[in-house]
Amino acid sequence: MMRQDFQTIADWIPARAKVLDLGCGDGKLLKHLQDTRQAHAYGVELSDANVLACVQNGVNVIQRNLEVGLAEFATDSFDYVVLSQTLQAMHHTEAILREMLRVAHAGIVTFPNFGYWKNRLQVVRGHMPVSDDIPYQWYDTPNVHLCTMHDFEALCTKLDIRICERVVMTAGKRVHFMQNLTGSLAVYRFERNT
Amino acid sequence: MQSALPTQDRVVVAQTAHFDTPLALKSGAVLPSYDLVYETYGTLNADASNAILVCHALSGNHHVAGVYSADDKKPGWWDNIVGAGKPIDTDRFFVIGLNNLGGCHGSTGPKSINPLTGEAYGASFPLVTVEDWVASQARLADYLGIRQFAAIMGGSLGGMQVLHWSIAHPERVRHCLVIASAPKLTAQNIAFNDVARQAILTDPDFHGGDYYQYGTYPRRGLRLARMLGHITYLSDDVMGSKFGRILRQGGFNYSYDVDFEIESYLRYQGDKFADSFDANTYLLMTKALDYFDPTHAAPEAGLSVALAPAQAAFLVISFTTDWRFAPERSREIVKALLDNGQQVSYAEIVSTHGHDAFLMPDAHYHALVRAYMGRVSV
Repeated sequence: MMRQDFQTIADWIPARAKVLDLGCGDGKLLKHLQDTRQAHAYGVELSDANVLACVQNGVNVIQRNLEVGLAEFATDSFDYVVLSQTLQAMHHTEAILREMLRVAHAGIVTFPNFGYWKNRLQVVRGHMPVSDDIPYQWYDTPNVHLCTMHDFEALCTKLDIRICERVVMTAGKRVHFMQNLTGSLAVYRFERNT
Repeated sequence: MQSALPTQDRVVVAQTAHFDTPLALKSGAVLPSYDLVYETYGTLNADASNAILVCHALSGNHHVAGVYSADDKKPGWWDNIVGAGKPIDTDRFFVIGLNNLGGCHGSTGPKSINPLTGEAYGASFPLVTVEDWVASQARLADYLGIRQFAAIMGGSLGGMQVLHWSIAHPERVRHCLVIASAPKLTAQNIAFNDVARQAILTDPDFHGGDYYQYGTYPRRGLRLARMLGHITYLSDDVMGSKFGRILRQGGFNYSYDVDFEIESYLRYQGDKFADSFDANTYLLMTKALDYFDPTHAAPEAGLSVALAPAQAAFLVISFTTDWRFAPERSREIVKALLDNGQQVSYAEIVSTHGHDAFLMPDAHYHALVRAYMGRVSV
């Protein structure tokens, strides 16, 4: 089954684009982009199991820790850099966003929206949220930098990143009304402001 | 993993190809004629599209896999990865191993008899380079009727041959597996090689390389060279865990005999190697390592430009504790390929075994090679 943000991302990627997927997991998104968009694709992964899965899926993968940057990747060498459901697990949040827009003119980020009402409700009730898009207990989570959509957009302003498009989803369906409250998963397409 | 085949079906026989067309070497010297010894595993398919060439490293040879007799206890040097049902599956691929020119296992080298003089080449055998090896390997491919390899693979110095294949004959290789290798040696690496060479060159039994006719052999030098090399092929970790400060006899001898297990191990490795290898070949192989540099002709252009002609897809693999061919060196190759937008995957295998890890049967490493080979169409 394809993850709910994959189709939105795929819709934004033009045919034959050069795409870099950071934290590409088992390579399913890239395989989809290769098959449907003839994308020229590479993934970056740290985990051995995912690197193996990418190779099995016929996807180019570079084993590397994103926290130390993207040194192998030349400036402006890609059309799109994707960071799907990985931003919240990064220690160096600002650094990776800058690196994304060094390597490509445009980026796509998806993350679980901490502002989603069900998350807020759990916090109001005195607990860290556990949900479909944040499926971890606080003591056993890869997530270190959860944020709301407002928070992310404020960071983009600070980093001089222009948001081009935003799709917000809950349980696989797009939401349009009061998105920071009704949306569980946020998908952004953005560019360098210059 | 044990081969699915019973031992008698894994018995291989080395073959010899003789070449009469002179080979012009990079040094300017010319080899008028030469032999290449090789072995094959599996069956070449009708359109010769399933061939894989395995390039050997410093001390390797053509005996990559299989055994020489039903009771042969010592299979080929990469038998854990090449064979029926193994990651390089000989039920699917036709695999070729050869002994490189200058070698001492049957291909023409310093200890071979020079047909013009009737005596061993010795010091008169020209220095051969990675480029020369690839040229001779291409002739072997012609001889075997292989226009294009499904894949060419090698570790260490073998990986350098793979790199050169990809740029010298881009249309003749579809996939390159470059394992525990480097685009060129660092100063430190050349330094290790030169200490090894000095051990041989200064051995009184060396006689300028013509020890064959003196009936001597620079055994002490070769033994020292191998002991030094062996240290650099292991990691500090694995040496520590395997030997630590364990004493051979439980106490100090207060002499220069073996006290520590590591001394015993290195001396044993040195002795074993010195009895089975040729010192001139060792000199020549280390020099080929030192010389290899795809950017040598145009250093300022860099590795990306040097690798630009390659058309193959690459799998580059390094090992975390390999300090002789460190992961950073492999990442230089990866970066150059990425700069060119070439197909490449890169894995850094967690291993305690240092440079030798590429020869070890690590489950994840082998799973990766198996998965990659699954992508290779024939």
